[in-house]
Amino acid sequence: MITLTVNNKTYTIDAAPDMPLLWAIRDYVDLTGTKFGCGIAQCGACTVHVNGSPVRSCSFPVAAAAGKNITTIEGLEENQIGQAVQKAWIELQVPQCGYCQSGQIMSATALLKNKPKPTDADIDAAMQGNLCRCGTYQRIRSAIHRASEIMHA
Amino acid sequence: MSESTSTINRRNFLKLSGFTGTGLMIGLSLKANGESVIEKITNSYLEKQHTLQELTGTGYDLSPFVIIEPTGQITLMNPRPEIGQGVYQSVPSLIAEELEVPLEGVTIQQTGGQKKYGNGQFAGGSASVRTSYIQMRQIGAAAKEMLLMAAAQQWGVPVSECYADNAKIIHRPSGKTLGYGDVAAAAAKLDVPKSPTLKEPKDFKILGKRYPRPDVPLKSTGKAMFGIDAKVPGMVYASIERCPVFGGKLVKYDDTATKKVKGVIGVETCERDINGHHSVGVAVLAENYWAALQGRKALKVTWDYDGNESFNSKDFAESLRQSAKEEGAVDHQSGDFDKAFAEAPVKLEAFYETPVVSHSPIEPMNCVCNWYDDNKIEIWASTQVPGRIMEQFTKKYNIPEENITIHVLFSGGGFGRRLYPDYVEEAIELSKKIGKPVKSLWTREDDTKMGPFRPMTFSAFKGALTADGKPVAFQHKVIAPTLDGNKNYDKTKTNGTMTEGISEQKYEIPNMKNLYVFHYIPVPTAAWRAVTSTTLAFAHECFLDEMAVAAKKDPMAFRLSMLTKNTDTKTLMQKLKEVSKWDTPLPAGWGRGVAQWEFFAGLAGYVVEVSKKGNGIQIEKAYAVIDLGTVVNPDTVEGQVQGAAVMALSAAIKNGITFNNGQTVQSNFNNNPLIRINEMPPVEVHIMANGGPKIKGVGEPGLPPFAPALCNAIYAATGIRIRKLPFDINHIV
Repeated sequence: MITLTVNNKTYTIDAAPDMPLLWAIRDYVDLTGTKFGCGIAQCGACTVHVNGSPVRSCSFPVAAAAGKNITTIEGLEENQIGQAVQKAWIELQVPQCGYCQSGQIMSATALLKNKPKPTDADIDAAMQGNLCRCGTYQRIRSAIHRASEIMHA
Repeated sequence: MSESTSTINRRNFLKLSGFTGTGLMIGLSLKANGESVIEKITNSYLEKQHTLQELTGTGYDLSPFVIIEPTGQITLMNPRPEIGQGVYQSVPSLIAEELEVPLEGVTIQQTGGQKKYGNGQFAGGSASVRTSYIQMRQIGAAAKEMLLMAAAQQWGVPVSECYADNAKIIHRPSGKTLGYGDVAAAAAKLDVPKSPTLKEPKDFKILGKRYPRPDVPLKSTGKAMFGIDAKVPGMVYASIERCPVFGGKLVKYDDTATKKVKGVIGVETCERDINGHHSVGVAVLAENYWAALQGRKALKVTWDYDGNESFNSKDFAESLRQSAKEEGAVDHQSGDFDKAFAEAPVKLEAFYETPVVSHSPIEPMNCVCNWYDDNKIEIWASTQVPGRIMEQFTKKYNIPEENITIHVLFSGGGFGRRLYPDYVEEAIELSKKIGKPVKSLWTREDDTKMGPFRPMTFSAFKGALTADGKPVAFQHKVIAPTLDGNKNYDKTKTNGTMTEGISEQKYEIPNMKNLYVFHYIPVPTAAWRAVTSTTLAFAHECFLDEMAVAAKKDPMAFRLSMLTKNTDTKTLMQKLKEVSKWDTPLPAGWGRGVAQWEFFAGLAGYVVEVSKKGNGIQIEKAYAVIDLGTVVNPDTVEGQVQGAAVMALSAAIKNGITFNNGQTVQSNFNNNPLIRINEMPPVEVHIMANGGPKIKGVGEPGLPPFAPALCNAIYAATGIRIRKLPFDINHIV
């Protein structure tokens, strides 16, 4: 049995310790906003925060997450920076298919926590782990700048 | 019923309880010739007993396109799957505009492939708005006219004194109002107007505006439901091992170790059919997905490669080059190419090559299926083709349409991959075999290795100019496989898909000929976003650039000199010239390139600006112009074109798919890379929408002309002509 704290709620699950955190979140905790894209930390669709830092949950064993604070896209409702990012995403109509966007938003939220006024180079560095096959990158960049403005308004 | 209602979620129950047969329902039905007519849907479906599955599922069959319940709740049925292209907003907005309802507060439901929703239940060919722009508006307008009439009758006033606004009927002289819900029951008893009056574009409140998409908040908060998110009670997970060599056969498997993995509940074979390729795989079924994957790793499968293991990309490319020597089947010709070419003073020949590429939507293929009650199927899927799924599986299992329920969820990208329901076929068979709901989920490696793929096309060109640089002869010969996997394709026949768009170009060259040489490829092939235009436009528009160079003319002026007639292409080129400030000088080391492409989906063009950077080049800026005639949501169009440019860039400069030992070499995004945010060039999008009845597609046209504009810009900056994709943008010189 593994005890997980996801979005400030505690779950006890009977999962193999080497099972990636992604599958624990999706199939056991039943939060499906976190997505599966590659399984090898190449696309970023599964990005969540573990103790506030962005982590590719597809390549992070669930046992290593026990006792830590896990935040998923569903948990951003209680995160001020996350709220600003989501507001900017909606205002600029970023998503197309939307599948990668939970991961994009989690990465953007982590970036803005560390750098509240990121440059384009900061965005390139922080966001290049998140693929978007629809090619919404131009709007992602604008929306991160917009979220920064909202945070400082 | 009282027992089961306790498990029904409240929202669905309220909706169902509103279905007492008094609402207004307007739908489309199909005549024998395929033409659709608006008519009132009969109430028969209302009397149908809803199964518990329908009530507790992600959505259930509510039937026609416009449903107005007595409570005033409005549901619009959307036959077009949302794959990122925005039809979740654009198609319902066609109805909503004429119905005079704001999209906010309207429930949008995806149709599930039932015949009564017509033959437009797919997302492909940039067709959704292009082909239903009038039809969907007529549905909204017809419903509005019925509601107006019902209100006028209730008040005893002439209908001409009434108008509709914001889901209400207003009596102009008195100011009295009635909500749509108040008159829906009476309206439902009226005849459907045969030719309802459509609004003038100047009166549009939604169409043509940057109207927010209702799926965007869902997709920004993790609440959007994709196929992969479907979960039903008692569901088990499947992961399928398939033969790594295309054309290989299953001999036997040993699942001893698999069955020892905790959570594994069974192993079954399962079939897959994809565009002429049939194969049998081995599925591991487990209580959770991770266990299914571990069980799959423990499988020992023996395959018979059947001689297919010798296939490799290098030899195949060489065989395509050899095939270029064949004359080929004539697809289209005008004038006398052979004579004009023979007699011309200036002649050019060139050979262009493109790669195989993958679709790689970020949501891997998946499907949840529940086979129940002996012959009923319920499917939850990300798909581009609910209509095709319905048709294919009613036929395969010889069951009536009523026995198949399809829940069309958001697709995590489509790009053509989800036009093919091979992954649905697998899930159905597995659920049938084990008698439980099954979620079959492909790994990224499955998705990358198993195809289907966009095939390569090779192009052999001949062009000729007069002594003063006027183009007189042009030949484009395409050497390529087909998309249907037919090994025995009749080589005397041309193929419209594989020569797509070539004969639609508007350049006026007196002697033209285009040809097709069939060459079989032993891997599954498929349509990819913008189909064959994605490779042919690159070759065609780059060779035209070579002719401009040979003619010693500016590439823009050279193209415009061949566009004397008033065509959309001419207007587009002029617009490109204007928005890119083509005639203003660039800094030293920079270059500009132009390309356009017209094909079945529409028309777009680019001017790309590049600069030299070390041994490579940097893309500084791209100007796009897309010709639509009429635009429904400019915000969506802008996003679609920017995205198309990114997809075109991945296909132009990333390695693509290669084969060795009969197998796909690449497996995941580490060795089949895609463009990332740091590589995204700024794309400025201009929309030509001058109104009128003409309407062109949005999702695809932004893709084909990007690579040729880029390569033409590289030539302008470096003098290096790129005739083969992919190329390394960091090592041009």
